[in-house]
Parts: sequence; structure tokens; C-alpha cells
Amino acid sequence: MERPAWAPRSIDISMPSVARMYDYYLGGSHNFEVDREAARRAMEFVPGLPKIMQANRAFMRRAVRHAARAGITQFLDIGSGIPSFGNVHEVAREAAPGARVVYVDHDPVAVAHTQAVLEGADDADVVAADLRKPRDVLTSPQVERLIDLNRPVALLLVAILHFVEDTDDPYGAVAELRDALAPGSVLVVSHASYEGIPLPRERVEGAVDVYKDIRNPLIMRSRDEIARFFEGYDMVEPGLVPMAKWRPDTAPEDEDPYAFSGFAGVGTKA
Amino acid sequence: MSAEPDGPEDRLRRFATIWSRAVFPATSTSLTRPEFEELLLPLARRLSEALRARTYDAEEGRAVGAALVEAHCTEPEALSSALDCVDAYLVLYCGGDGHQEDLRARAARLQSAMAAGYAEALRQRTLTEQEAIARAALEAQGAVARALHATEARFRAVFEGAAIGIGIADLDGNILQVNGALLRMFGVTEQARLARCVTEWTHPEDAPQVWRLYEELVRAEREHYHTEKAFYRPDGTVLWTNLTVSLLRDADGNPQYQLALMEDTTERRLLNLRLRYEATHDALTGLPNRTLFFERLEKALAAGDGQRFGLCYLDLDGFKAINDSLGHAAGDRLLVEIADRLQSCATAPGEMVARLGGDEFVALTTGPDTESEVDDLADRIMNALVTPVRIDGRELLVRGSIGIVEGPAGERGPAEVLRSADITMYRAKSAGGNRYEVADAEADARAITRHGLTTALPAALDRGEFFIEYQPLVHLGDGTVRGAEALVRWLHPQHGVLGPDRFIPLAERTGLIVPLGRWVLEQSVRQAREWQQRHGGRGPLRVNVNLSPCQLTHPGLVQDTVEILERAGLEPDALCLEVTESALIGADDDLLKPLRRLAEMGIDIALDDFGTGYSNLANLRRLPVRVLKLDRSFTQGMQQFPADPVDLKIVEGIVSLAHSLDLAVTVEGVETGAQAEQLRILGCDTAQGWYYARPGPPERLHELALVDATG
Repeated sequence: MERPAWAPRSIDISMPSVARMYDYYLGGSHNFEVDREAARRAMEFVPGLPKIMQANRAFMRRAVRHAARAGITQFLDIGSGIPSFGNVHEVAREAAPGARVVYVDHDPVAVAHTQAVLEGADDADVVAADLRKPRDVLTSPQVERLIDLNRPVALLLVAILHFVEDTDDPYGAVAELRDALAPGSVLVVSHASYEGIPLPRERVEGAVDVYKDIRNPLIMRSRDEIARFFEGYDMVEPGLVPMAKWRPDTAPEDEDPYAFSGFAGVGTKA
Repeated sequence: MSAEPDGPEDRLRRFATIWSRAVFPATSTSLTRPEFEELLLPLARRLSEALRARTYDAEEGRAVGAALVEAHCTEPEALSSALDCVDAYLVLYCGGDGHQEDLRARAARLQSAMAAGYAEALRQRTLTEQEAIARAALEAQGAVARALHATEARFRAVFEGAAIGIGIADLDGNILQVNGALLRMFGVTEQARLARCVTEWTHPEDAPQVWRLYEELVRAEREHYHTEKAFYRPDGTVLWTNLTVSLLRDADGNPQYQLALMEDTTERRLLNLRLRYEATHDALTGLPNRTLFFERLEKALAAGDGQRFGLCYLDLDGFKAINDSLGHAAGDRLLVEIADRLQSCATAPGEMVARLGGDEFVALTTGPDTESEVDDLADRIMNALVTPVRIDGRELLVRGSIGIVEGPAGERGPAEVLRSADITMYRAKSAGGNRYEVADAEADARAITRHGLTTALPAALDRGEFFIEYQPLVHLGDGTVRGAEALVRWLHPQHGVLGPDRFIPLAERTGLIVPLGRWVLEQSVRQAREWQQRHGGRGPLRVNVNLSPCQLTHPGLVQDTVEILERAGLEPDALCLEVTESALIGADDDLLKPLRRLAEMGIDIALDDFGTGYSNLANLRRLPVRVLKLDRSFTQGMQQFPADPVDLKIVEGIVSLAHSLDLAVTVEGVETGAQAEQLRILGCDTAQGWYYARPGPPERLHELALVDATG
């Protein structure tokens, strides 16, 4: 039965959560056995998952620094998950003093945890909302308090769009967000793909099936499909590329082969 | 810091590089490898110093171990790589020239301290993070619980405070919970006084499908149904509801409960019944009204094969007179009495009586045998009217005219049937009333044409569909054309040219005769003036124009006539107005005054159709008349040879009388030369008829007049 709008989503910590699995991949302990169990099963197919997550994290760090260098001081991170280390607000503060950050997630545990982490911070906040309902995000009191949509914003959709199925119209949602941003804003996207992973496709499909089992399907998209999320934005050099190739500060030969999985890119609104 | 090649500092840096290369692959940090190396450099320095310190301090090793955890080297391989690297290279790069054996022992102890510090920090960190995530989960669950609680409280408030009745039962029909509104609807204060099971809630007025829908719902074959349903209250009274029942399923979609929402419609239903009654019944007599009658008639006409209908359309004769003389209250009482009597005439199934309005009633009979039944019904109605009605101590004799329509169902619509009945009723009325007539198609068609013409008349005048023909008036003495009678025609777009007999009576009835008559007068007068001008000095050509009774009483008659003559420039003595004898029967001075005024001005007044009515000869004296127009019936007897001697005598007498009163005599309908000769001998002055000319366009008259003049 469809959940009515007024009823809060129930919390079942006996079900794995992708946010807590992500934390586990990154060596954190913000997770429960169900999360670890699911993550371990996925890693049986793709052992390099932690490396992929790390590369993803590193890309985000570089992208945030890029945005800060471009003069952006407002950050909207949708699908922020459980902040363990190297979070947007840490990186942003370091690169752009006075930066303001709003995190958005629809996992109530992740939101509660973020609230605890951010306690006392005036320049960062978290919204319990769903990427599939951009209006909820844009009109939230937190966004209204911290973000001036008339000035450039860095919108981070890092490792989140591959959890939105086509039937939920991710392109429409992203378009609505893009349209709400002021010129000079940047869109930061990283996305899973069968392209680039140093494994046969069947192996990767095994991991994809694990996510299907935990009712959080992982939608693998092609480079062209991912590029469509940037419609109307100008791609920043080097364009949409494997994560480790986006403005790397590590020599490619030093990178783990898994760091070239998926695609990452940054677009700017003219 | 100086880094002289292969100096201590350079060697420390080289150790840090080797160390970071060894550990980096096992970390989860998002730092780059060079950044990571920068992070390790101070740790390497601490180890280097602790290695060479005079006394061993385990704390230094522990601190470095803890710092590794801080740098996200949380994977076990990270620790073993870190320790392996310390084991292999610390002494080598940072030992300086100390005693190798001691340095090795110190390094081993430092590694143990590092491992302990690492383990302690990792344990702390793990516990902290576990606690944090557990607290977050609890917090989130608490928020959900609070929201659920608030939701439930809201729900309870909605459930209890709702104005509609809400009840929940399981799928066996056991009633689990009902709200206050539902209890109030049933007039009870506690649920125990209600039925225990939904299936006990039957009522004789349940629609046949209600319990079928219920069964389908509890078998989960339907999600909901909506119906109107009656319930018995515990006190025995009836509760009417708008009932919606929905199937409730659990989160996995399994049917679980049934939810009933009911709205009390008892009051509304009563009001509807009353409104329906009021909307379909006549307030005065209580009989069904036009609306209900039309519904029934429609149903009767839509009935299947073999079904017929019979309709009596009754209009009371002279009811207006009763109303006018005794007052409306008496009229109303009369109608009520008649309604009661009519009601008793139509008591069989399939029969009904209705009041359409005013003093118009209808009785309807339906079924296969209405052919004979409708006559009986009409007889009963006529009989019911025979006994006088007693009102205010007076015995009023009531008569009525009935139009009967009878026929098979499925052929005509209600409007057509009612119109036919109405037409037929009027036929009965014009035949003297107190009778019934049966509809026939031909009479209907005539009436319908008449109706069509009546409604088309005003537009016809505006569109110039009328024209005038002129029939010459010939002097019997010398055979010269002296003038002509103007005869109006209607060039109807569908029916062609229509004579005055077809439309003048209609124009009379609607009052259109006044503007039409004025138009005819204008045209004729202008025409007469034109003839005069073209005819020159050979004596004036006069024009005769008919005046209808309606025009006679119209107050503008004299004024209009004067204006028309003046505008055309025609002398009054060139105009003769023809008035029928019947229009002047019993005419008083008021009516005659305008005629006298016209006569005084020099306009001739002719008495048309003389001899057809009750010719009051004594009256002739009083009338301002100059001409008698003898009706064609007198001349018909002279068409044969020899002429009817009685007719001859009569005409001779009239002519002599007229002449003695100084009146001229004109005869109509002269069709033969013998007739004309005879009439001349009898002393008639002027004649008109086919013998001379049929009515025709004005030019023809001009030609005839010219022929006279030359011939």
C-alpha cells in the first residue's frame, strides 16, 4: 500500500541501508550487522567497492575545492548519507571560509546522525527530503535559511542518481533543481556504470543484484545517459570522465584500477 | 627544515615516503598519497625520536598507533603494513649510529606500543561510532514514534469528531468499533446496543444488489461500494444513509477489515419526498400537475408493443365568467370540487387525472384496451359534471369541452399528443361546448397550419409578403369602370398566395389586423391617387377598402384615415370604406361615432354582405351608410335562366328600399351577362364580379378604365 503523505516512513534497522553500507566500505563503524552483511556480499562480486567509494570521495573533495576556487560558498549536497570524514562542510570550510552547506537525505537514521554531527553549527544543516521531490528540498526551511538561490550554488549529486529508477523521473528532478539555480552555479555528479570497472559485467551484475535484494536497486547508466543530467550546463574540463581522471592530483599509475569505475563530471550554469 | 642529502632529516623523509607508500593502499582516506605522506611525517618523526630517546616511552608508540586510526587507517592490513614497515625500515633510516641491538629491541617495543595504541583507538572509535549510529537510529525511531503518536491522536480525533458515522468490522461482519456520530445516528449511547454483526443490519427496503456487493467486498472481490441504505434504529424508527463501504488491506495487501462511512440522509430524504410531491402536484387541488402528468404520459407513450393510451383533455366552459362574477375564491373552490369529481372518474390502475393549469384538466388511461376505455372515461367525466356545484349558496352549472386522443404507444411524443388533444378540445368548444370530440389528423393539420400562419403573420407584414389586388366596380347604367375594391393577398413563402379568408380572421384574433388594415388603406389610397392622375379628367376612380370590426373600435381610426388621405393627396369622396353588416349589429353610438365622422368628411361608408345577417332594416336609418353591398347569395339565383322569381322580388324590394333611403346599391358576384342585365333592370347601381374582371394588379384596372373611355 502506498504510504500516505502524513505518515512518517517507518524505520526498520533490520533492513540494510545504502548510507550505512557506504560508511562500512569507507572503514567506518556507523553501521549494523545487516549493513555489513549486505556490503560483504556485494564485495564478494566486486572486491574493489571500498576503492570505488574512496575514489568517489576523493572526486567529491576535488570538485568541492574546484567550486570554492570558482568563488562558490553555498553547497547543497543531496544524498549526503552518513558523514564520517572528509565531508563537504569540512572540505568547503577549508577551501572557502564562511561556506554554507545543506545536506539532504531521505534515510532518517542518516539524517538523525547528521543532525548530531552538526549540532551547534550555524553554517550547516540537514533536510530530511527526497531527491525525487525537488520542491521539498528547495522550499525547506533549512535551504531557505542557509542558501540564497539568487547566488551561485554547488549542487552535489554524488553517488546518488544511480539509486533513482527511471520510473521516478530522475532527469525531471535534476532539471527542476538545475532550473532553480542561479547562473554561475555548478552541478557535481558521480554515477555508477558498467563502463570502466576492471571486472567482467556478470561479476558487477552480482553486486547490482545485492542492491536489488535490499530494495535499493542500483541503476547502472551509460556515459551518454549520465551526460543528460547536465543538459543546458557547460561541462568543466575534462568533461564527464572516469572518477580518477577528473582533475586528478595523483598520477594515474598510483591509482587503484577501481578508481576508474563509473563517471564523474562538473557542469556550470552559464 | 634542512634536508641535506642523506642527512638525518632526509633519511626521516625517505622513511615517511616508504611508510606512506606501504600503508596508503590499505587506508580509506580521501587524501592523496602525497597528502597522506605529509600526515605521516610528524608520526615518523615521533617514532624516530622515541627510537633514539634515552629512555623508552611506550606512550609515544601508543600515540602514533592512535594517530593511524585518526588518519582512517582502520583496516587491519593498514596496521600490519605500518608495523612491517617500521620493523623493516625505522632502524635502518632513523637509527643513526646507535647500537643496532638496542635499537632493534627499542623498535620492537615501539611496535608493540603502536599496536596497543592502535587497537585501543580503534576500539574507542568503533564504540563511539557504534554508539553514534545507534543513537541516531533511536532518535530517528523516536521521531517516527512521536509522529505516529501524533498521527494516531489526530486520527482518534478525526474518528471521534467526524460528523459522519464511521464503523469498522472484520471480514466476518463482527463490528469492532464505531464512532460517536454513528451511535447518534442510531439514537444510542453505547455500542453494545447496536447489532453485533453487520449482517443483522437488513432492512426490507434494501436494494437487491446491496448484499451481493457486501459479499463481494468481504470476499475481497471488490475494494468498495456505495449505496443508499436504510437501517432500523433500536427504537424501531428508520435511519436512511448514504453508505460507503471500503475494504481495508494490511501493508502486504491482504484484506483485513471493512470500513463503513455513513451519512444520515433521513431528513434530506423526507425533504426530497416532500419537494418531489410539491414539484409534481398542484397546490390548489392536490392533483398531479403538468410535470407529473408529462412523466406519466411519456412513460405511457414509451410503453412496448400492444400498449395504447387514451387522453381526455378537459377545459371548463365559461369558467372565466364564473371567476369574474363570483371572484377567484369561488373559482378556486369550484376547481377543487371539480378536481375531486374527476379524481373519482379515474381510479383504475393505469388511470390518472392531472390539472395542467387554470381550468384545464387531463385524464389519462393506459393499457391494451384504451380504444374503448377512453370513451367510457370521457362519459364518466361528462357525467361527473352534470350535478351542479354548490358554491356560496348558489348552484353553479358546470360544463366542459373534452378533446380525446387515443392511439398506440411508441408513435408520437407527449408534446404532439397534448397539442392534438388541445386542438380537439377547442374543436369541441367551437362546436358549442359541453361535448367531446375525438382527434383526427386532418383537423389537427388544419389547426396546425392555422397556428403556423398566425405566428408567421407579424413577420410577414415586416417582410412585405402582403400585396393588394383590385376588382373593378362597374356602373350598370353605362358599363363604365367607376372604381375598384381593394383585396389583400398574402404571398406566403411555403403556402403560396393566400386569400383574406385564410388569414384575416387570424389577424383579427391577434390584433395584427390594425397595422395590416392601415397598410392596406395606405396602399389603396396611394393607388387611387395614382389612377386619378393617370386617368385625367374622365371622372374620379374610387377605391373601396374593407374595415374589420377590430379596426372599427380602434381609437386611431379617424385620425389614421385623415392622415393617409392627406399624405396621398386624395379627396375623401374617392374613398369608400366597407363595413360588414354583422359588425354593426347592435352597434351603439360610441361605435358609430367614428363612422359618422368619416362620413361627414365625405368618405362613403358601404354596408358589406348586406342580407346575410339579421338585417335590421329599421337600423339602416341610423347608420351613416351611403351604399349597400348586396351579398352574392342574392345574385346566385339569377345566374340561371329564367331567374328565380323570389330572388328577383327580394332584390327589387331591397333596391327600392335603399333608394328610398338615398342609398346606392352595389351587387357582388356577377358572373354572366344575363345576370348583369337583370340587375340593371332591377335598378342596381354598381356591380362587381368575374363577368367584368377578376381581382388583379392595379395596372389592369387602369387598362379597363381606358377601354371604357375609348369604347
